[in-house]
Amino acid sequence: MTRPEQTSSTIAHADDECDAPRQTPPLLRMIDPRVRLLVCMAFALATVSLSHLPGLLAALGLAIGAALAARLEPGATFRRMASLDGFMFFVLALLPFTTPGSPLFAIWGFEASHEGLTRAIEILLKSNAVVLMILALLGTMEQVELGHAMAGLRAPEKFVHLFLFTVRYIEVLGREYRRLRTSMRARGFTMRCNWHTWRSVGFLFGMLMIRSIERSERIVAAMRCRGFQGRLPSLADVQTVRGADRAFALVSFAACIALFTLEHA
Amino acid sequence: MAHIPDGVLSAPVLATGVAVTLAGCAIGLRALDHEKIPRTAMLSSVFFVASLVHFPVGPSSVHLILNGLVGVALGWTAFPAIVVALLLQAVLFGFGGLVVLGVNAMNMAVPALLCYALFAAIGRRDSRKLSILAAALAGGLGVILTALMVAGSLALSGKEFDAAARLTLFAHLPVMAIESAFTAAAVSLLLRVKPEFLGMPEPQEASYA
Repeated sequence: MTRPEQTSSTIAHADDECDAPRQTPPLLRMIDPRVRLLVCMAFALATVSLSHLPGLLAALGLAIGAALAARLEPGATFRRMASLDGFMFFVLALLPFTTPGSPLFAIWGFEASHEGLTRAIEILLKSNAVVLMILALLGTMEQVELGHAMAGLRAPEKFVHLFLFTVRYIEVLGREYRRLRTSMRARGFTMRCNWHTWRSVGFLFGMLMIRSIERSERIVAAMRCRGFQGRLPSLADVQTVRGADRAFALVSFAACIALFTLEHA
Repeated sequence: MAHIPDGVLSAPVLATGVAVTLAGCAIGLRALDHEKIPRTAMLSSVFFVASLVHFPVGPSSVHLILNGLVGVALGWTAFPAIVVALLLQAVLFGFGGLVVLGVNAMNMAVPALLCYALFAAIGRRDSRKLSILAAALAGGLGVILTALMVAGSLALSGKEFDAAARLTLFAHLPVMAIESAFTAAAVSLLLRVKPEFLGMPEPQEASYA
């Protein structure tokens, strides 16, 4: 499979890139991307359907196991888990006070209920288990591979194309964005909370869009010149599923079903 | 950005999100011929990159949603473009989740569509001022509608989320103001340099046939 150059998240945090190849790649990263995508979806569905603590702890355990097997970098992963939107944090923090039930403790006259606290913990466990599994199974593959995996699973071809082009352009645009920001900084611009900042960054993105539209016109022209008919040839070659992939799929789906029955039995 | 993580919403809300997003994507993809894919992907990446820009507000910072601008620029294709950006954010940064992707996409793409309709209704080729006003409205409307839909998804998932739903609305007010100014500026530049891109008053694509 041909890959474009490194297309990962260099715009955001080049430093917490977690898949620099160091030693031999862990087994989990050798598993067929299609299998990983399916397993991840099954796991997310099973986890979301849980609502009791033992099942949720088991799900989180599985996710942690997967993260370890994928050798995710602990620091970077932890930071990502903690970034669970500040706003969602408020939603969870409010839960004990808004769920009726037996009182547990009180702050400024507001009673926190036992039920609410349990609910908040459940949500926290669920969302973290799913995010960890996504980072372990999908975050460790090249985004291009993910696109091909979706194509292999019969996602609409145009959607896959859109995905693959987006992956590429995020890198291009990120670079362009940083260049424009540098030139703004060179002229003494700093981000503040005022009209001037919002307008200036608006102009920056307007400029970014204009440049990107023009760039995309050149790309279309170049693609037409090479006879592009709306299909990427590389999407046509399908990898065969190997024994290891099958075994991994079998074990994972069994685990998902076990999670599900543990809860609903 | 208004990402709801997995595990918060109830099953009916999740199912609605998936159904609406699938339908929107189907319509959006039908409108997307392969010559327009690079342009749509560019905007999908603009959407992604813009969500990483933090604007200082008091001691904290907010980031933009930008669905108003994407809607104005893309119309129905905003659906698949937003899904792609959200999927990448989930995979790269762990924002949101998988099962909830449908709801998150719906909460951003439906307002984007309404912004598109609003801009098409108010914006005029012959009046720059009116078009910029329409853009400012679209920028603010995109945010506030998204906040409303996020609040709605929470409130419909359980009574205990009511307080959080209200909080969501208030938390998005500063974003609305910033995004309104931001979108007006971006569109005023686009109008000056590449008005055909905003296809006013009727979509006029450059055709190379």
